[in-house]
Amino acid sequence: MTVAAEPQALNFECETGNYHTFCPISCVAWLYQKIEDSFFLVIGTKTCGYFLQNAMGVMIFAEPRYAMAELEEGDISAQLNDYEELRRLCEQIKKDRNPSVIVWIGTCTTEIIKMDLEGLAPRLEAELGIPIVTARANGLDYAFTQGEDTVLAAMAARCPEKAPVAQEEKDERNAISKLMNFGRKKEDVTVSDSEYKDHPPLVLFGSLPDPVVTNLTLELKKQGIKVSGWLPAKRFTELPVLEEGYYVAGVNPFLSRTATTLMRRRKCKLIGAPFPIGPDGTRAWIEKICSVFNIEPQGLDEREAQIWEGVEEYVKLIRGKSVFFMGDNLLEVSMARFLIRCGMTVQEIGIPYMDKRYQAAELALLEKTCREMNSPMPTIMEKPDNYNQLQRIYAQKPDLVITGMAHANPLEARGITTKWSVEFTFAQMHGFTNSRDILELVTRPLRRNENLKDLGWEKLVRDEAIV
Amino acid sequence: MKLAYWMYAAPAHIGTLRVATSFKNVHAIMHAPIGDDYFNVMRSMLSRERDFTPVTTSVVDRHVLSRGSQEKVVDNITRKDAEEHPDLIVLTPTCTSSILQEDLANFVQRASLEAKADVLLADVNHYRFNEMQAADRTLQQIVQFYIEKARKKGNLVTEKTAQPSVNIIGISTLAFHNNHDCTELKKLMGELGITVNAIIPEGANVDELRSLPQAWFNLAPYRELGPMTTDYLAAEFGMPCVDITPMGVVETARCIRKIQTILTAGGADVNYEDFINEQTIHVSQAAWFSRSIDCQNLTGKKAVVYGDATHAAAITKILTREMGIHVVWAGTFCKPDEEWFRKEVEGYCDEVIISDDHGLIGDRIANSEPSAIFGTQMERHVGKRLNIPTGVISAPIHVQNFPIGYKPFLGYEGTNQVVDLIYNSFTLGMEDHLLEIFGGHDTKEVITKGISADSDLGWNKEAQAELNKVPGFVRGKVKRNTEKFARDRGQTTITLEVMYAAKEAVGA
Repeated sequence: MTVAAEPQALNFECETGNYHTFCPISCVAWLYQKIEDSFFLVIGTKTCGYFLQNAMGVMIFAEPRYAMAELEEGDISAQLNDYEELRRLCEQIKKDRNPSVIVWIGTCTTEIIKMDLEGLAPRLEAELGIPIVTARANGLDYAFTQGEDTVLAAMAARCPEKAPVAQEEKDERNAISKLMNFGRKKEDVTVSDSEYKDHPPLVLFGSLPDPVVTNLTLELKKQGIKVSGWLPAKRFTELPVLEEGYYVAGVNPFLSRTATTLMRRRKCKLIGAPFPIGPDGTRAWIEKICSVFNIEPQGLDEREAQIWEGVEEYVKLIRGKSVFFMGDNLLEVSMARFLIRCGMTVQEIGIPYMDKRYQAAELALLEKTCREMNSPMPTIMEKPDNYNQLQRIYAQKPDLVITGMAHANPLEARGITTKWSVEFTFAQMHGFTNSRDILELVTRPLRRNENLKDLGWEKLVRDEAIV
Repeated sequence: MKLAYWMYAAPAHIGTLRVATSFKNVHAIMHAPIGDDYFNVMRSMLSRERDFTPVTTSVVDRHVLSRGSQEKVVDNITRKDAEEHPDLIVLTPTCTSSILQEDLANFVQRASLEAKADVLLADVNHYRFNEMQAADRTLQQIVQFYIEKARKKGNLVTEKTAQPSVNIIGISTLAFHNNHDCTELKKLMGELGITVNAIIPEGANVDELRSLPQAWFNLAPYRELGPMTTDYLAAEFGMPCVDITPMGVVETARCIRKIQTILTAGGADVNYEDFINEQTIHVSQAAWFSRSIDCQNLTGKKAVVYGDATHAAAITKILTREMGIHVVWAGTFCKPDEEWFRKEVEGYCDEVIISDDHGLIGDRIANSEPSAIFGTQMERHVGKRLNIPTGVISAPIHVQNFPIGYKPFLGYEGTNQVVDLIYNSFTLGMEDHLLEIFGGHDTKEVITKGISADSDLGWNKEAQAELNKVPGFVRGKVKRNTEKFARDRGQTTITLEVMYAAKEAVGA
């Protein structure tokens, strides 16, 4: 070990906030699929609609359970009555789709014209008889995945308060859904409570694809921990019970507001853990939950070692290579921590917003990982400036840049290898089992490079004239 | 408020950005919240741009909301000026800045004192204009700005070139097959002995704009982008304009003859009749195709056409006039061009539809039951659901509509490409139907839920099975006629008996 490589402490900086990311309304794309009986109504302009239409690609043709309430000039100048307009649209939605909940997504425009969505919703809810949840997922305040955070924070208020009453209903519903699912493969493994250790109820929050939900639930079951519910559940009508004193744990790093709401409004206790991304993160996540419940974790050493062994062929490809996160989806710290454990050097962790309290355990693990891997402590660049970042990328020549689609092709044309970051948001990357999928994505451009290396086509733009 | 799932035309600022980024060394600064720079993604992904899209955002956040942009916009302009040395910076308003009503013109004025670049505020109101109108306006605005600037400086070039020359106006980024069309038009001009004076906005330098008046005439192939500029140039310099889209054999000839008239009036001794003849008979395969037995098979087949005004009008005329296909209806989402569109397609289709409601268009397709659809990506998906082949002829488009291979829609090579597109659509439909006749694999219903053909009538098992045996391309019609028959007689379930009765009564 050389002295020069001795890691210092994490360095936090903040730039101008001129970076590229998706608008937070994009969360409807994955949330309407996750919450099967929902309908998302984005109240905004053509600009919002155009973004969704293009960002969601082919999904738009599948009659998605989302729509724009497109504001016209009369709405902006208050010549039209907001309440009447929304009622007309929501009645239409109720008639056509009969959802169990309508989620209103407030946008920049509704903020600026100060449309009181939170005030209008309860009135209309009473009139229509459908719950209306309001989330302000706008570009003035939030970036990309934070949209989900605003929706889940609003949903947290809708979770039932008392267990017993809800239990009965739930059984009834289960009976019906069992009937409906007759002959289908069982998704949930029902177990008698005796398999679980005695611990206070635990509810997990964060929207994940159902297979990943099952996977993480079973992972905790192995430790005798019972997951009482997930926020969000598959259906709005199945939102978990949240009583005062319940424990909650986040599965994604961008859920600060949801965590705050659960603590302050629902009086739940937050388990601050690193996030279950990568085998190291998953293990630390389970360990932390176990430690809160005074449970001695079983077999995690072997489990983690076995995963690492399984992905060695991928890790080999990235060990010793450098990576630069431009930052756009708030998964950056967890990803960086995992990649450092894989032996990569992280040059910069760009991130739209850094909640040092909610991510405290993740940051601590990052620091610890850097020490153990003898890797230099990366700079965490909050609200980055993409232009400045490009200058740093040219100077530092990273082996891999994780970036948005606006920069990926231009960087590739300049011989800089990229992986576009949006894919990580949609890929299944949580838990032990999905570690391979993350590495599959991370190494894909490097494997591509390996396949094409002898062609001499790395740099495909003409040299810019030096002035 | 309007419930909307899909829009054909993008918001105004997209039009402005398309024009600004088509020019060389022009930078656009959007006054917008985080996430509104989605244009950069589209340009980078759809047209696979190698260079960074010269668009940055002057971010509207909470601070801007409470205190106004103050120095922010001006700082962003001067910063970009120092970093990239653009010739022109276009400050681009968005829906957000439209409501904030900040004095962007004032920012532009202040910034232009400091910046070396010229600075312009795009004069587009989000709530009044769509993408196409905004693009057209922005191009005119930039041209006018540089003409007036040159006039002031005294370096405007107004003397005509010695040889016939042309400005090609309206080629832009992220537009349907524009780069290929541009190559084809340059080739065509070369063959006609006409020098290309300027192509705007794609690839043009703003300094070239002061030489626009030296061309003998302007060629504006697209209805959506260019007319405002050519009108301006006509008013200022009396420059004639050819606005006939050279798409299809007949229209290409018409375009060339109009050019001939203009050049002759300008004193050039040209006669393009032999050229038109040679190209039509031997270079383009379209004329020969229309004579061949392949095309004979298409006679009277039903098609519907929908897209932007330029492409929908041109394809309608090609289908009817050059291939003998029966266009049941032709439509466009370019509402401001309604009058123009109606005039163009008059006599070439049974009905004209002017609408930007994709639900209505989907319904009309389902009702018309054409053998092929020519439309946008949205119509392609409607076609998929209804099992009707679709040729994509207009934006909105996906990445597959930015082909790498040479695929112009304009000029003589364009006529070949269009023939392939049309013929392949129809043959695929024929194949499909032959498969079904000979007991093919597809027993899905033709009309699926969601596109109008929803019915309140139940089909019993036997009747449903029988219906599934009906070949796909007429199944929808049989289904509807049978249901109408049943409804008229107050029957709620359709049985085999009802089906047969309907067939006997109304030929369903």
